[in-house]
Amino acid sequence: MELISPTEFAKEKVQAVQDYSVLAGRSITNLFRRPRYLADTIQQADLIGVGSLPIVAGAGFSIGAALALNSANTLQRFGSLSLLGQLVSLGMVRELGPVMTGLMVSGRNASGIASELGSMTVTEQIDAMRALGTDPVKKLVTPRVVSTVIMLFFLTILADICGLTGGAVFSTLAFGIDWHQYWSTSWQILVFQDVLMGLLKPVLFGFIIASVGCHFGLTAHGGTQGVGRATTQSVVVSSLLIIVVDLLTTRLLMTLFSYH
Amino acid sequence: MSAPPIAAVEPVPSTQNSPAQAIVFEDVAIAFDDRTILDGISFCLPRGETKAILGVAGSGKSLILKLALGLLKPDAGRIEVLGSEVTAMPEEKLFDLRRRIGMVFQESALFDSLTVRENVAFRLLEEGHVSENEVDKKVREALSFVELENTIDLFPSELSGGMRRRVAIARAIITHPEVLLYDSPTGGLDPVTSTTIIELIMKQRDVSKTSALMVTHRLQDAFMMATHYFDTKTNAMRAWPPGQRGEVPLSFLILREGKIIFDGDLQELARSKDSYIREYIS
Repeated sequence: MELISPTEFAKEKVQAVQDYSVLAGRSITNLFRRPRYLADTIQQADLIGVGSLPIVAGAGFSIGAALALNSANTLQRFGSLSLLGQLVSLGMVRELGPVMTGLMVSGRNASGIASELGSMTVTEQIDAMRALGTDPVKKLVTPRVVSTVIMLFFLTILADICGLTGGAVFSTLAFGIDWHQYWSTSWQILVFQDVLMGLLKPVLFGFIIASVGCHFGLTAHGGTQGVGRATTQSVVVSSLLIIVVDLLTTRLLMTLFSYH
Repeated sequence: MSAPPIAAVEPVPSTQNSPAQAIVFEDVAIAFDDRTILDGISFCLPRGETKAILGVAGSGKSLILKLALGLLKPDAGRIEVLGSEVTAMPEEKLFDLRRRIGMVFQESALFDSLTVRENVAFRLLEEGHVSENEVDKKVREALSFVELENTIDLFPSELSGGMRRRVAIARAIITHPEVLLYDSPTGGLDPVTSTTIIELIMKQRDVSKTSALMVTHRLQDAFMMATHYFDTKTNAMRAWPPGQRGEVPLSFLILREGKIIFDGDLQELARSKDSYIREYIS
């Protein structure tokens, strides 16, 4: 492995952040410029959204059920088992639903986007597109960003519903909690701020997944090995960013909404 | 190559000002990782002329094409293409200029998830205001030019290397560009297929009078371009009698270690006393 000086390393990282920022900015400003690739956006929404339905639904159900099982033990000790629905509801809607969906979609789609665009980059297809007078950011990046943001929003709602259902099934079967009581307490505990927090996060996470995937794909170099490296990096960076942004968003919104 | 006569692809006259030079490089230099690849490159490509760029591998031949298209920016110097200063234009403005230029990449660079039809029609479909029938007519016309009409519904992975190169030529010429850039169009191909590709490039030069830069490391291709012309009556290339070879609109540019060591026509090349050039062309 080639050793590089700390200065060179720092320069490379600053350059990468700069390139990413420019790409992310252009992916948004392109929304207001023609041409708009509606067909490409719908195609990507199908690939990203519909393709992720089974894993998001399955994972959501399992996480909700596991959350119910784990929390029930603690609540039982204090004789507060009836609060189980509230706990699952708040946990899923505010935190677990968006983060889990973000990480699942990141693993599936950031890697997919990076490998697809990376292959196009190393085989000069991106250069060919530029040579043919088409802006690859408009044609490839913006549709992926828009479709991921929209689909992650709806996938998170699905994950929340599946998580609550998983919690309901296990609360009823394992702890004998009344099905209707579970759902009514789950519903009543939620306030507007909880829902807003739970639905704002997937918008940010969707943007991170698509933009990071596109950035690593478009900067891939070094043949098939380079594509593999870009794919791995896209998943690692987008997952890490999702967790960090989740923390920051939670803190910011809690301050704004005066949560205690 | 025997084929039925095809309709000539006429260049579309530019509505913009038409300078005498299609491409101008002035003292262009570029380096990667402190290694100078091109240094002080200056040349002109007059309209209607083809310039063959020769040199050993790694001498920066393909880089000249990417610089001309604005895909890369030089560290120093000035590049003008079709009257527009590429080096001073932002990426957004370059897309309009690139629509007037055709490029054939070394490895074809066809979009592998699109069919031959979609690849060739890419520019027209992107423009958006061309009817489906018109697109189909133009795609068939371009594919007929490269004699690959029967591959219209195939994917690039189903084509041979030579066929992919010919589809790339069809994609480059479909909008009748004013300048064509060929990056090693015969690289890695067998001699028969190479001759077919050279014949197509010659046809584009002699029938459509398109200005072109052709990067190649195959000297025989450049010499064939200099000593033959495309005969539209027989739809095949013919050798010029020795006395008439000077009429061919083809010049040579030889690179060595990032610098131009020769820029002239076939006669000047043959008269060159430079020992490196003598060895290179021998």
